[in-house]
Amino acid sequence: MSRLNATFARLRSEGRQGLVSYIVAGDPSPSGTVELLHQLVVAGADVLEVGVPFSDPMAEGAVIQKGHERALANGMSLQGVLDIVAAFRQADQQTPIIMMGYANPIERFGYEAFAAAGAEAGVDGLITVDLPPEEVDAIDAALKAVELDNIFLISPTTPASRIQTIVERARGFIYCIAVKGVTGSGQLDATEVARNVALIRSKTALPVAVGFGIKDADSARAVAAVADAVVVGSALIDAMVRVAEQEPVASEHQRHAAATALLKSIREGMDSSPS
Amino acid sequence: MTIDITPELFASVPDAHGRFGPFGGKFVAETLMSALSDLEALYARLKDDAAFQREFDADLAHYVGRPSPLYEASRLSDAIGGGRIYLKREDLNHTGAHKINNTIGQALLAKHMGKRRVIAETGAGQHGVATATVAARLGLECHVFMGEEDIRRQSLNVYRMKLLGAEVVPVTSGSRTLKDAMNEALRDWVTNVDDTFYIIGTVAGPHPYPMLVRDFQSVIGREARVQSLAQAGKLPAGLVACVGGGSNAIGLFHPFLQDAEVAMYGVEAGGKGLETGAHAAPLSMGSPGVLHGNRTYLMQDDDGQILDTHSVSAGLDYPGVGPEHAWLKDIGRVNYVAANDEEALAAFHRLTRVEGIMPALETAHAMAYAERLAADMSPDEHIIVNLSGRGDKDILTVAAIEGIEV
Ligand SMILES: Cc1ncc(COP(=O)(O)O)c(C=O)c1O
Repeated sequence: MSRLNATFARLRSEGRQGLVSYIVAGDPSPSGTVELLHQLVVAGADVLEVGVPFSDPMAEGAVIQKGHERALANGMSLQGVLDIVAAFRQADQQTPIIMMGYANPIERFGYEAFAAAGAEAGVDGLITVDLPPEEVDAIDAALKAVELDNIFLISPTTPASRIQTIVERARGFIYCIAVKGVTGSGQLDATEVARNVALIRSKTALPVAVGFGIKDADSARAVAAVADAVVVGSALIDAMVRVAEQEPVASEHQRHAAATALLKSIREGMDSSPS
Repeated sequence: MTIDITPELFASVPDAHGRFGPFGGKFVAETLMSALSDLEALYARLKDDAAFQREFDADLAHYVGRPSPLYEASRLSDAIGGGRIYLKREDLNHTGAHKINNTIGQALLAKHMGKRRVIAETGAGQHGVATATVAARLGLECHVFMGEEDIRRQSLNVYRMKLLGAEVVPVTSGSRTLKDAMNEALRDWVTNVDDTFYIIGTVAGPHPYPMLVRDFQSVIGREARVQSLAQAGKLPAGLVACVGGGSNAIGLFHPFLQDAEVAMYGVEAGGKGLETGAHAAPLSMGSPGVLHGNRTYLMQDDDGQILDTHSVSAGLDYPGVGPEHAWLKDIGRVNYVAANDEEALAAFHRLTRVEGIMPALETAHAMAYAERLAADMSPDEHIIVNLSGRGDKDILTVAAIEGIEV
């Protein structure tokens, strides 16, 4: 069984919702990313989402955009991200890792070359923000050949007929976008999320993770009530940036601690009943 | 690429997926897909709708001032001593550039969709001004995204947009130029997709934009074709246009594509020289990739990151290019060449002094190449240059380069 399927099966048998953490590889530093990923697992992440930095991340809000800029300034590349995953795998064989990025760096690397290298490094799935189903055939074939899951986004604007098309192609899980907007934006509307998740569930048995706009324990708990997993990204990166702003000499260890503390509080919020 | 160049070929693109051969497509986040489908469906319905076309044509005639003249630049042609140079005077349009042809068309689409707000990206500010203008006329809220660097070098256009009631939003990410303005406009659109129409300013972006912008701009070439036959008694030997995203170029070229005897030259920004890397010439020097919703030629590094560009003209300072141009390059129908900053500045001065026509710095790139081309032609041949815009917006830039305080 794939790591993703095993993880969602375990969560289901435990009656718990999963927590997916997103950080950008190479931010705050390339040398610290592997350690940060391990720390996120300790803090409660069930699935790790690793952002592949791109010069033009057009679906990201300001917080994650700046993370991409810092990572690129630190010299991070697609090969660098694969190396980070491989290094992480030496100590952790269980936790699934999803790469999330944009088409161009992957296209440049070559779809088949990327799929082979990803499988070799221990990647489990890929989200390519700007490859909707209409443009996905070539990479889909390459990923399938090495049993990597291609993970699709479904947005509040996706019509029901399109949801059907998407779930038929999807593997691993469905990533349901909570708000119309870029990452880190907006106030999520729990009722609307619930309606959208229900619509998706009526068409597929795949697990549904909800992301965009989840900032803290409260918003995570609201979403966990209807979803199989909750994705947190901008809030983690923001927590690391704030430490550095308040204390310019903050060590990388302190920054990591800020992210893991937030993730831990979100995990606890999800596991406790509403106050 | 081995492809038979037939008249039918040019009518066959884009295909149903918005592709021009391997280029084009719809590479956007899922949130935008249904907005693009709606736009595609609306445009498919209105494209051949007589009432819509009448409305568009009437606006072009009475608001923009079309047809724009085809002017024989006699003194310039005599001075060069080769082929005759004709200028398609898009600079005489309302707001001073070809950009208004497209914003009139897209504003009509926005109106049909009942959107109350329009957004645009802009580099030189000409598309921003043209968008702010149609928004004022229709009473629509208007936000224009513009890189900080461009706000500085096109300050006159920034003030024009404000006078027209638009909000100019400074973009501080990346290289702070056109590419980043487009990222930011796409982010705004994702967020406000219900009530907002995105008026893209060139033949780039996801399908159906490259197609509909081409269709709206093709009025340039249709007029030029008729005018050339009437005034010169034949089709031109060549067409020349500058290429930023490629809208003024495709507008001129498209109605001539099936005329095999008409050679075509798209002029990219050579910046400090193609050999220096500091330029904005993806067709001349780049490689295929995916950016801003389509597959096309891009300036990128080995890791697929988009490179910073350089051009003296803000409107050409873009690392990508419309997908139809990428295809026209690969099938060999259009020649893509470059003129550098220095050559463009020299051409700017020459046209101003010899003909009393001050071109935009973007347009000056086309003029620079046209002079070279005409020099090697005989006087019984002629070429048409798309004089895409007037240069008033650039006088502060030119003055600064020459160390003059205005
Ligand atoms: C006068 C003028 N010409 C040309 C361009 C370049 O755009 P395109 O290649 O789409 O015609 C611009 C863009 O701002 C412009 O203002």
